[in-house]
Amino acid sequence: MAGKVKWVTDIEKSVLINNFEKRGWIQVAENEDWNFYWMSVQTIRNVFSVETGYRLSDDQIVNHFPNHYELTRKDLMVKNIKRYRKELEKEGSPLAEKDENGKYIYLDFVPVTFMLPADYNLFVEEFRKNPSSTWIMKPCGKAQGKGIFLINKLSQIKKWSRDSKTSSFVSQSSKEAYVISLYINNPLLIGGKKFDLRLYVLVSTYRPLRCYMYKLGFCRFCTVKYTPSTSELDNMFVHLTNVAIQKHGDDYNHIHGGKWTVSNLRLYLESTRGKEVTNKLFDEIHWIIVQSLKAVAPVMNNDKHCFECYGYDIIIDDKLKPWLIEVNASPSLTSSTANDRILKYNLINDTLNIAVPNGEIPDCKWNKSPPKEVLGNYEVLYDEEMAQSDGTDRDLRGRPGQSTGVKGSRARDSGKPVLTTWK
Amino acid sequence: ELKLCSDCTHIISCTVSSVKIINPLYSRLYRSFLFFVSLHKPEIKLESLKEDIKDFLKTSGWEKKLQNAVYSELNVFPSPCHPAAPPEHIKEPLAYMRKAQGSWEKRILKSLNSMCTELNIPLAQKRPANEQKELLNKWNEMGTDEPDLSLFRPVYAPKDFLEVLMNLRNPNYENGEQPSFRNHLGLIQVPLKVKDIPELKEGFSELGLNIGQLGIDDSAQVPPEFFENEHVRVGQKVLAEQDSAAAQQYVRQGCPTALRADLWALILNISNQPEDILYYEQLKSNVIQHNLLVDSLIYKDVKLTASNDDYYFVFEDYLYQVLLCFSRDTSVLEHFAYSSATPPKSYIQGKLGMEEYAVYYPPNVNYNSFILSVAPLCFLYHEPSKLYQIFREMYVRFFFRLHSISSHPSGIVSLCLLFETLLQTHLPQLFYHLREIGAQPLRISFKWMVRAFSGYLATDQLLLLWDRILGYNSLEILAGNRIIFTKHVKSAVLADLSTLKVMPLLQIFLFATVT
Repeated sequence: MAGKVKWVTDIEKSVLINNFEKRGWIQVAENEDWNFYWMSVQTIRNVFSVETGYRLSDDQIVNHFPNHYELTRKDLMVKNIKRYRKELEKEGSPLAEKDENGKYIYLDFVPVTFMLPADYNLFVEEFRKNPSSTWIMKPCGKAQGKGIFLINKLSQIKKWSRDSKTSSFVSQSSKEAYVISLYINNPLLIGGKKFDLRLYVLVSTYRPLRCYMYKLGFCRFCTVKYTPSTSELDNMFVHLTNVAIQKHGDDYNHIHGGKWTVSNLRLYLESTRGKEVTNKLFDEIHWIIVQSLKAVAPVMNNDKHCFECYGYDIIIDDKLKPWLIEVNASPSLTSSTANDRILKYNLINDTLNIAVPNGEIPDCKWNKSPPKEVLGNYEVLYDEEMAQSDGTDRDLRGRPGQSTGVKGSRARDSGKPVLTTWK
Repeated sequence: ELKLCSDCTHIISCTVSSVKIINPLYSRLYRSFLFFVSLHKPEIKLESLKEDIKDFLKTSGWEKKLQNAVYSELNVFPSPCHPAAPPEHIKEPLAYMRKAQGSWEKRILKSLNSMCTELNIPLAQKRPANEQKELLNKWNEMGTDEPDLSLFRPVYAPKDFLEVLMNLRNPNYENGEQPSFRNHLGLIQVPLKVKDIPELKEGFSELGLNIGQLGIDDSAQVPPEFFENEHVRVGQKVLAEQDSAAAQQYVRQGCPTALRADLWALILNISNQPEDILYYEQLKSNVIQHNLLVDSLIYKDVKLTASNDDYYFVFEDYLYQVLLCFSRDTSVLEHFAYSSATPPKSYIQGKLGMEEYAVYYPPNVNYNSFILSVAPLCFLYHEPSKLYQIFREMYVRFFFRLHSISSHPSGIVSLCLLFETLLQTHLPQLFYHLREIGAQPLRISFKWMVRAFSGYLATDQLLLLWDRILGYNSLEILAGNRIIFTKHVKSAVLADLSTLKVMPLLQIFLFATVT
């Protein structure tokens, strides 16, 4: 075994540093030789930029893919998913099947979304079909609920566009671009409160696609009772579940932070709604995560020095259909509560066990399929190679979440790959 | 025809009253029977009436309903004692226990009264119309309210109650002031008969090592074909049969998550009929009309416990709804027939001491975080009226015993003694060690048992434990369960407790302990 891993990070979080130190790794400065760099998305842009970019050697790995934004920027994710659906349709894939209303049966998992200002006319057309709908405006490049607002009248959009023009910047550059999405106004409520799911997904390679799902995700609850009435549109505490927003609410609780484990959610749903629908819901969640990754895999720069841990945000509606809201490239590593700290520490620990086998100096040419024992709380979500060697990958005739029943959840519990469940 | 009907009524009321069925069931049965008569009017003959009724009871499902109702009563009411025994003996046979409970109640009442005087607020008060309207509007989000409750203090803390139990003495039993090996070394000093391990093994035989258990044999390592699949299938059959007794037997091996809500409702004989929902709505309007002092105490209790709980905070608003209604539910008074406790009386202003102006106040509240016994039920029932009925039934069957002084085997005194005796007998070193270092094991364990473990276990584990409470119609399992925690987590931090699996440890303690 050659020397110790030399690490750098530009995110000073104790859950990271404790994990590096636990492994006996050595901290070095950015301009020294390093083997492992846990970096922010700003830094990764420089690392791989044409001008400043350095060539990474075989013993160096980083925690982002160079163009992760194909998945993690709201507009690009939607664009890629739309393209993916069209391609499947062209191929005549059964996955692209549509119902009598022209909606994809298996691929309709992102709320209807348009780019603004580019798709303004398309949006207006859609809005007029259903003028009582509520829409949510989000800046493409911002996170943590910043710059988000709700609208339910066309005049509000017009006003916004006027205001942003007068406020001196021209919304041509993609930075100021917005996406506008149909607002899920029938979310599943528990105890009368709205919540969303934060799930962690690790991708070790895009081609072939290999991804892992973290078992310990959580629900984030709004502190204020949900009301779909339009009079509350301005009250962001009702609508947004981002901890960064909720923290400023009067009712924010610093002991649990409005967070509920996914196992609580499962227990609640299974007890009140039954096992079958609960399994179906979780299978569908797994399905949409894999589909979103497959949608971006062809355009992703599958650099062998990279892995990435994503934070998936999912909302469940009252018909128990999951909707993919967005994917974060740098899920928060700030711990809002004691349990949160334990969770995030373990998340990083398990991530490193997969990304940096045995904590030894990495060799990016390794085959990236770690033994089952090191997965910790991760479980294989999809392994393209394995699926192809099973000869079933091209045979995606099944419907998501149908053939699962008890077997599906069993497979997950015991850490077996779940790819069989929705095929 | 009129004669025919009155005969029917007579026969039915004989059938029904002979098993002391409560009124709502009777009137439903009566209505349903009249409907049957009106359908078959021409064919009905007086000679064959008895047989017809039997057939009707069978085919209409009423036979099952009556059976379940009888079975439910049998579970709740104590076995008949000597016909000459006075009613207070049914409440509690031992005079010194009755006395202790009496003075405990006086103490609580005094504390309540002095709080009223100090804060200058009445025990109860009609709300002004605008306040009523406001409360009605925010019925589903009472948790968002933040009134200043700093002046209200809990009426008592668990340790005050434990102190009272520790000072219980049987005046007919001389155990001497000097400690000797004959003394019980624990904190509870009353001589009550509690079960030993062989008796527990016999009583809880379905928890045996070679019997399938949910919570053990459904873990990820065991293929579901071995036990789980078959157990679920049997559970579905029990539900289809709607047989209370079978359900109670079934849950001794644990409930599958997806069937638990229905199985528990079947065991507790709760069907959430329209009149039950109406009853709940009436309670709700009582809450809206009147403001009680205890409301603030409940509110404070929820804020201090459930609102900060990782598992329960989501259900905060449901807890207010259930508990405020519960505090006004006079039907709960019935349980005082077999409880050692007696509801406190209060008199309408200016009529002090005049019996005809006496009201029970409040009919039922325990001031000891008993809200935590509602919270786990929120995982099972999302309609407030059903949640309410299930809780009420759980309370009048089980939970009241954790808050009153009695000699009942499921009462808190017996549970404490059982816990100490088992620990002293089977884990003597641990017992003496803890005692030596000044950590009497019961002091730590008391809160757990008083709250039936709610708030101390992960909800899935808690529900598996409560399955057995319902299945065995007994709280004794709480004492046994607390032993395993004392044993296995001597110094663990609380965060680790939530990952503990309860049933395997309990099984090993009961069935693998050498006796």
